[in-house]
Amino acid sequence: MERAPGRRALGRLLEAVLRSRAEANAVFDILAALQAEEPEEVQGAVRVCSRLFGALLERGELFVGQLPPEETVMAGSQGATRKYKVWMRHRYQSCCNRLVELLAHPSLQVKELALSTLMKFVKLEGTYPLEKPKWEGNYLFPRKLFKSVVGGLLSPEEDCSLLLSQFREHLEHDDIRYHAMQAASDTMARVANGHPEVPLTFWSNAFTLLSAVSLPHQESGISNFYVKHAELSDKWKVTHLKEHRKAFQLMWLGFLKNKLPLSLCKKVLVIMHDSILPHLAQPSLTIDFLTRAYDMGGAISLLALNGLFILIHKHNLEYPDFYRKLYSLLDPSIFHVKYRARFFHLADLFLSSSHLPAYLVAAFAKRLSRLSLTAPPEALLMVLPFICNLLRRHPACRVLVHRPRGPELDADPYDPGEEDPAKSRALESSLWELQALQRHYHPEVSKAAGVINQALTVPEVSLAPLLELTAFEIFERDLKKKGPEAVPLEFIPPQGLLGRQDDLCAQHFTLS
Amino acid sequence: MGKARAAAARAKAPRAPAGARGGRARPNPNPFEVKVNRQKFQVLGRKTRHDVGLPGVSRARAIQKRTQTLLKEYKERDKSNVFLDKRFGEYNSNISAEEKMTRRFALEQQRQHEKRNIYNLNEDEELTHYGQSLADIEKHNDIVDSDSDTEERGALSAELTAAHFGGGGLLHKKTSNQPGQEGERPRSRKELIEELILKSKQEKRERQAQREDALELTERLDRDWREIHSLLAPKAPRAQHRDRKEQPQPDAYDRMVRELGFEMKAQPCNRMKTEQELAKEEQERLRRLEVDRVRRMLGKEEGDRKKPTHVSADDLNDGFVLDKDDRRLLSYEDGKMKVQEEQSGEASAGGNAEEEGEDESEDESEEDAEGSGGSDSHLDLDCDAESEDESVGPERVRRRAPRERPETGCQEAREAAGAELPYTFAAPESSEELKSLLSGKSAEEQLLVVERIQKCHHPSLAVGNKAKLEKLFGFLLEYVGDLATDDPPDLEVIDKLVVQLYNLCQMFPESASESVRFVLRDAMHEMEERIEAKGRASFPGLDVLVYLRIAGLLFPASDFWHPVVTPALVCLSQLLTKCPVLSLQDAVKGLFVCCVSLDYVSLSQRFIPELINFLLGILYIATPNKQSQGHTLVHPFRPRGKNSELLLVSNDEDAATWQRRSLSLHWASASKAQTETEANHTRLSCLAVCLALAQRCVLMYGTLPAFQDIMRPFRTLLTQHLAASNHPQELQELCRSTLTAIETQERRYHPLVSEKSKPVPLKLFTPRLVRVLEFGRKQGSSKEEQERKRLVHKHRREFKGAVREIRKDNQFLARMQLSEIRERDAERKRKVKQLFNSLAEQEGEWKALKRKKFKK
Repeated sequence: MERAPGRRALGRLLEAVLRSRAEANAVFDILAALQAEEPEEVQGAVRVCSRLFGALLERGELFVGQLPPEETVMAGSQGATRKYKVWMRHRYQSCCNRLVELLAHPSLQVKELALSTLMKFVKLEGTYPLEKPKWEGNYLFPRKLFKSVVGGLLSPEEDCSLLLSQFREHLEHDDIRYHAMQAASDTMARVANGHPEVPLTFWSNAFTLLSAVSLPHQESGISNFYVKHAELSDKWKVTHLKEHRKAFQLMWLGFLKNKLPLSLCKKVLVIMHDSILPHLAQPSLTIDFLTRAYDMGGAISLLALNGLFILIHKHNLEYPDFYRKLYSLLDPSIFHVKYRARFFHLADLFLSSSHLPAYLVAAFAKRLSRLSLTAPPEALLMVLPFICNLLRRHPACRVLVHRPRGPELDADPYDPGEEDPAKSRALESSLWELQALQRHYHPEVSKAAGVINQALTVPEVSLAPLLELTAFEIFERDLKKKGPEAVPLEFIPPQGLLGRQDDLCAQHFTLS
Repeated sequence: MGKARAAAARAKAPRAPAGARGGRARPNPNPFEVKVNRQKFQVLGRKTRHDVGLPGVSRARAIQKRTQTLLKEYKERDKSNVFLDKRFGEYNSNISAEEKMTRRFALEQQRQHEKRNIYNLNEDEELTHYGQSLADIEKHNDIVDSDSDTEERGALSAELTAAHFGGGGLLHKKTSNQPGQEGERPRSRKELIEELILKSKQEKRERQAQREDALELTERLDRDWREIHSLLAPKAPRAQHRDRKEQPQPDAYDRMVRELGFEMKAQPCNRMKTEQELAKEEQERLRRLEVDRVRRMLGKEEGDRKKPTHVSADDLNDGFVLDKDDRRLLSYEDGKMKVQEEQSGEASAGGNAEEEGEDESEDESEEDAEGSGGSDSHLDLDCDAESEDESVGPERVRRRAPRERPETGCQEAREAAGAELPYTFAAPESSEELKSLLSGKSAEEQLLVVERIQKCHHPSLAVGNKAKLEKLFGFLLEYVGDLATDDPPDLEVIDKLVVQLYNLCQMFPESASESVRFVLRDAMHEMEERIEAKGRASFPGLDVLVYLRIAGLLFPASDFWHPVVTPALVCLSQLLTKCPVLSLQDAVKGLFVCCVSLDYVSLSQRFIPELINFLLGILYIATPNKQSQGHTLVHPFRPRGKNSELLLVSNDEDAATWQRRSLSLHWASASKAQTETEANHTRLSCLAVCLALAQRCVLMYGTLPAFQDIMRPFRTLLTQHLAASNHPQELQELCRSTLTAIETQERRYHPLVSEKSKPVPLKLFTPRLVRVLEFGRKQGSSKEEQERKRLVHKHRREFKGAVREIRKDNQFLARMQLSEIRERDAERKRKVKQLFNSLAEQEGEWKALKRKKFKK
């Protein structure tokens, strides 16, 4: 037998198998072609397999029910038809196993073809089930096959993001989504229990799959099935959004309880508030993960804030020392991280309550103004109005900018090292930092800081347009601004590139 | 269709009373129908619209309208079929009756023509006149009056008229009247008409030919006249006027007399200024400029400066200002009388700027003194390269060298001449052109070339020169960038060119600022793109740094807001915050950026947080990594990692041999490898520069209220440096002095007090007076508010009107139904009565019969 029959030969074999049962042994040749080295040959074989077993499934020529072992049936004295069906079913089984193996093939085309073939089998098996219904109207889905597909997709060895993005379009079907969630939780549990050290790629694959799942918001949406059914029964779990949510929650909690790498944590937190929390049956169960992330510090804490906010705001979560932790999040790096806008938006929300004690607000204002001494102009343009808004909201804190007849001090009473806002003595201090920033080089910052010189106006300044400001935008704005007069010129003529003798450039640099 | 019509009718119904108002327009209303709404008070300026009404008439009209629309609809309410009037435009009042007829006719024709006749080619439509076929009329032999025949009028020939009016009858008659041609076949009607047409065409052609002839004749006549005219010319007075050029020259005597008459008389003039006075003036000018600069630095508006200073009592308030003395003064210079040129006025515009630039170069001013005005010497330059002796100073100096040894041979002289620069240059049209002009020349020569281009194209010389020089600035800037990116960078040339750039900038501030801004925008764009692509930026090439430095030199860096300097500062801050220090070169570049930004703010003493952060970072990477308290690093620097000990020198020998020197800008772009010792020395130099800059910052920001908080991280780091103490003595000294400078700064904290604001005035109960500008309009609101009110009002009125109409419709319908019911009842009553009647009659008859029987 030749190693790899040509495409035409395969076609002929296929014809033969489909024509008469006597030629059934040709299936072995086709299955052998699946093992070929060349991607083209493999693709051809996969196509042929797809047609072959597709046709067999439709004709019902595969054994239905619990599959007995091959030897016993062959040895037994059942009818030839039954023997044939069992035998063919075994071939189908091995074909599926091979296809799942092909999901890890180096060539992307082969992978994609294998996936689409498997999904076709899933569909056909759903329509012509290979197991006997236990009762009338029993919901049947090829769970076993589908689970192996998902297991193949969540490979611990290589990055399957491309394949997963293709799989994503199947997830729009409600039944596929439901079973995918179940299969994914199973697979994750299996892998996490099996390996002591789970590789990073598995988690990233899992995250790609999990983040692709998006539940509908309304119950009525569940009617889009991949496997077509004549009529949908109310008794089936798959038709209820509640069940979907349960599966969703099970899947995410199963994912989050593991020790995830930091980069993945960040990604999860970024989508947490708008694509995970609203779909969970019990959102408060994520509190473990969120508190862990919040205690981690740095950018992750900032991101966890968003999820925590939703839990506190919508689900009545009690969080002790929340403001203290928020206070400790304020360090110079917040002006430079990517999630600055989100953080300040949330901080604004948290500090918007007028029932907060004055010492707390004063501590925040003082801390922010202290940090603003190291901030770039785009952050300053946002944080200065932020501080002024705090002072506007809490008139008790106005002493920070207006303390008539106060004693002259030797040192700033504020203690920047203190972690407890109550003990930081911010209320005894003044915002000298803002006064220093009135001498900032950028005119707009200087003006924004100069607001405290007058009594603050009543209406708050809207922060929304300032949150996303970037330095580049400021630069463009400055360039576009037109002065009222002619461009003023330097009247001292230069003596060279480095300037005159007393210029710093000339002192510290030479041209040679 | 029927339904739609019904709906349209219903929609129209509520509008019925709108027409009722029109009743007033009737000329003579019945006095009993007029209802006058008496006004109780006369209000001035109010227009009354409803003073007189005709309630009876309008009601009748409304009812009529309802019977036409609503009632009809009501009666047809259960009917599904409808009568359609398909006559074209029957109810369309827009179309006039005549047009309606023509359109109907066209439609009819179309309808007829549609199917039946598409293959019928020869059957023409029959034309009719008052229902009679025109063909019939034509055939009809009507008798034509002999009068009309004889009558000949205008251009129409009798034949033609006859042919057109009266038709074929005439022709028929004529042919019959000609017995001479009896023998021939009588010409048909068609032939006759053709003949007619032919004749008229011929006539037309003849007329055209005649006109052309006439035209040609006139032209020829004109030409002839012109020839003769030129012969006559000297005598004709008009011709003399034209040829004034050939007037005989006035003789010398006359000229002399005129000149003497117009000659200026010697007048006393201001004495020439002494050296001290000139210096004083210069000082005064500088002082004035400085005051202006300080004003701009504080960001004050110009408004307060522009106030008119003093108005004389004799001022006519006509805006006339004598801003300069127009009278010419006679002055002497070097013993010769100096006549001020007309040109000096216009040259002064450029001259002012030029003077400033030329102050410091001796030879330049010398040249100014030599020529009467700057522009004169330029003229010389322009016209002739040979008459170069009295040209600009530096050129003369340069030329002297080859001239000193003329006897060495003409060969050498020629070579020298070949090597010598040409004296005039075309202004470059592109940066490549400029580059090709300048490349391969020494620094001085390049400078000279640029200078000459500038002189050749002084804006006072020709119209387009201004634009050329404006472009030259941009090209020069680009050239400077190219020089800076070269390897190794040609910084000496840039150093020289800066002066030229400054001069050009003084001449054309607008375009110069525009090109500098353009360059800066380019640099920022590039950086932004790199951040987007890679997630982080890196220090740009030397050219951007040079541009930033040049921007600070050309424009006043101390302004509160400046169109060039403010963006440049943002750019500098971006360089300091976004670009991580990955190598020694980056450190040198960063320090240069620090220097440049500190120079920017050296006068205005503004605070640059990014600079402090950067210096801190540099200090940090010069210390060994360890857990440090009291300060946190910000963005571009990381507390640990690959480059966190970049500037650390561990080799004590190198430290010992190090000597403090200035950093070379070449290192910033150097790709050549340095030896380890050199690198270590550079590191120490960087550290030294950093410390010096920190010291400068301490001095500059000492007065800031939050000074101690700004400098706290410095203190901790500097103490660490001192503790490390493997630095050379000089550096330690620097550290110590910086530290003491920080500590000795006064630390007094005055609590903040905001300025007193004006107290809010109490609410008073005097009525607010508003001027009424227009009656009948709601006052005291903005335009939008007024518009909104108007619309609300209109809506309410319309709504009420609609409700009223609906109510009236219902009443009308109810009335109609009631009358219907009544009618029906009456009918029934009548019928019942009739029945009773007949029954009674029957009964009566029967009884009568019965009685009769009894009687019998």
